This record gives sequence, structure tokens and C-alpha cells, in this order.
Amino acid sequence: MIKILIPTPLRQYTGHKDTVEVAGATVGEALGTLTTKFPDLRRNLFNEQGALRSFVNVYLNDEDIRYLGKDSTALRPGDTLTIVPSIAGGSHAG
Amino acid sequence: MPVDLAAPPVSLSNEEILRYSRHLIMPEVGMEGQLKLKAASVLLIGAGGLGSPLALYLTAAGIGRIGLVDFDVVDFTNLQRQVIHGTGDVGRKKLDSAIETMRQINPYVTIERHEIALSSENALDIIRQYDIVADGTDNFPTRYLVNDACVLLGKPNVYGSIFRFEGQSSIFGAEDGPCYRCLYPEPPPPGLVPSCAEGGVLGILPGVIGLIQATEVVKLILGKGEPLIGRLLLYDALAMRFRELKLRRNPACPVCGDHPTIRQLIDYHQFCGIPEHPAPPEPGMKDGEIDAPSLKAHMDRGEHFVLLDVREPHEYQICRIPGSILIPLGELPKRVNELDPAAEMVVHCKSGIRSAKAIDFLKQAGFRKMKNLKGGILAWSDKVDPTVPKY
Repeated sequence: MIKILIPTPLRQYTGHKDTVEVAGATVGEALGTLTTKFPDLRRNLFNEQGALRSFVNVYLNDEDIRYLGKDSTALRPGDTLTIVPSIAGGSHAG
Repeated sequence: MPVDLAAPPVSLSNEEILRYSRHLIMPEVGMEGQLKLKAASVLLIGAGGLGSPLALYLTAAGIGRIGLVDFDVVDFTNLQRQVIHGTGDVGRKKLDSAIETMRQINPYVTIERHEIALSSENALDIIRQYDIVADGTDNFPTRYLVNDACVLLGKPNVYGSIFRFEGQSSIFGAEDGPCYRCLYPEPPPPGLVPSCAEGGVLGILPGVIGLIQATEVVKLILGKGEPLIGRLLLYDALAMRFRELKLRRNPACPVCGDHPTIRQLIDYHQFCGIPEHPAPPEPGMKDGEIDAPSLKAHMDRGEHFVLLDVREPHEYQICRIPGSILIPLGELPKRVNELDPAAEMVVHCKSGIRSAKAIDFLKQAGFRKMKNLKGGILAWSDKVDPTVPKY
């Protein structure tokens, strides 16, 4: 199984789960299974063309999948995928 | 008298030597490091959640010159995390309050105030005057503006960001290091990612993340240790877990890549799809709106209608309007069958934004008889029932 770590802003779409375990041979398969399980997550992760949104990064263990094989990056049991969306919080000074 | 060219341009008085003694007796800082700190200048963008610990500790550490950018006023909701301000500072400019605290901590630091909204017109001129930038802003346009300005000027940008129980930190804009655009090429569309004002934040969290930023600022100045360049540090306070992810400079990055296409500052509000000056609320009533006193009059006349509250359950626990039913905006699609399309309905949230979205959704679902409570429960508290707490 692959462990997917869900960041706080997206937990509202996963029934407040911070970790979801799915099966999948590639990153694309694992994310596909995740968004099938939690359909509300899909629009927050993927654009209309089905590509990962540009303010959402996915890491396989500690490596950005953009620098691996992107969606087709192969997964091994025990791997961890981390979803890291951009957050802007800080002080109001803009 | 021969001039010693190797002599540092600054020196410490006996009072400063005593003050910084716990730095001076440590080989990693020592006199050389303390003089580097005194010779250094740091620009803090924002005197809020992240800016508070940054300003407090960098002042105490003896940074020679600290610039503060802010134009906001202290309010009561800031005090839970913006520890540089006190209860008596509510209503004061954050700059006045912060600078007073900083002077009290360390009179040997030169503090410069920039009471301004950072913009494409002024950012380069302000950032140019400092060695290092620490970014603690709360919005995407300023994040991208600070990033691009730092890359264009070759200034390291010590980044921190927070949401609820989670924080991120890294150093962008360092030589050969990645920038914020390498991490996130584009901002999320407005409304998709909640801000701290909408999503909340654990008051302690900016203390942790701001001090990670402060630590990296000091390390950059001292030239000691391993800076957080090319690494994204993630902190989850609930799990009490730090994780580190690899960050790479993207050769195709439009600002720091091999063939940059952005060579000057752009319009960041347009880039982020956010109007720079949001239209002020209309003084009169728009179609489909009801104001709080009229709602109260409807209730007092015993008129039959449904009062739908679309806030979250934890907000409903803070306060509510009598007689309302709660269906959070996010649950509305699944629970719309609980509502009668034929019934008159007034929809409300905290300030009127989410209820407008709820009405848009209900219209698509065939509902016709809805009105939006203008100004939400905040207006109800202001104009009808002041015992209802504001949050």
C-alpha cells in the first residue's frame, strides 16, 4: 500500500483524514484511486485537463514528482506521497 | 596613521559587549559574528504573526538595521498570535506598536519604518536597501511580488507560511537556489485556498515558523551551518512532526530559470486574479439582499420563512441567530433535499460571502425565493443584537 499524506487545507475533502492508504503502481494510479475515493478532492488537485494544478506539488518520499517521472513515476509498497499545496498565511501587509 | 583595511566597519561598545556576551563566548558567533550581525540589515515584510517573533528575536540578537513594512492597525483578533503587540496597542498602527517594543528590547538596533503597501512600484527601491528579506505576508500577490523582487535584486528571501496547524519554511532567491516560483509556478485561483482569516491559525504556530525564519536569517549573516536553501521544511504541530522535502531550481522558471522571461516586476494582483482595490460594499441594498434590521422586523411580525446558516459547526457554536438552521456551505450539495424550494428563505454566514455562494448554488438547484443577509451575522451583531459576539 501507498501512504498519501493529506495537508490541512484539503482534509475537508477526505472526511478529515490526514493519511489515506491506497494501492497503485504509479503516482497517477495512486492519485486516481484517492480522488475516486474522495471525489471532492479532484477539482482541488487537478485542472479541467486532468493535469495536477500548478499550486499543488506532490512528493514521492522527499522528491518532487516533477523531477521524477511525474504521473508515471513507479511506486513501491511502503512509499509515501505528500501533497503540498501553497499556503499564504502570515501577516496582513500586502 | 595607517588604516587597517581588514577592520570591520562597526565595533561594539562595552554595553553591547555585555549585552551580547552569550553570543560572544560561543565560537560559532564570537566577536566576528556579532559584528557581522551589527553590520547586517534585514527587511521584515509584515509586523503580524510571523513578523512578531522575527522582529523580537532579530532585534534582541543585535541585527544592525531592521526595516519593517506594514500599514495595518492592531485589532483584538491579532493579539492571539501577534505577540509584539499588547492589549493597549489595539487601534494603534502596527508599526508604532512594534517599533516601541523593539526599542525597549534593544536600543542599539536602527529601526526603519516603511508604512506602505508593498507594490510593484516601490518594492525594488525598498528591498534594495537591505541584505536579507524575511517574508511574512498573508497573501499571494505579495508573496510573488517579494519573490520576484528578491530574485531580480539577488537578495535571499527567507520564507515562512502558516495555515491552522501547519507551516512551511525555506530560503528562496539565494545564489543558484530555487525561488518561490520554482516551488509554485502559479497561485491558486482566488477562493480555493482559505486564508488565516477564513481558516484560522493556531496562535503559537507563527511563533515556531517565524523563529525558524529568524534562525535562518542569523545563519545566513553568520555564514554558519546549513542554510534552508533547496529544502522545504514542513511543520505539522498536531502530529508534532517536521519533514523536509527537496526543492530544485527549475531551469524553466520564468524568473530565476536559465532563460528568464520576467525581467521586471509585473502586476501581481492581475497575476493572482485578485482585484487590487476590491469594490467597497454598496451602500444601498442589492437585489436579493436583506439587511439585519429588516430581518429582525420579519421575525418580529412572525412571518414564515427559513433562516439558513451556511457557516461551519464550530462557528455556530460561537454564536447564532435564533431560529436558524445550520447546513455548512460545503455540505449544501448533499443536503439540499432537506430544504423546501417553495419556502421563503434568508441565507446568512459570517459576513455575506459564503451565503452569496450558497444562493448561487441554490439558484442552480431551482430555488427562487432566497435573500442574502447583508453583512452576515456580523451585521446582525452590529445593528440588531450586540450581545451576539463577533469573531
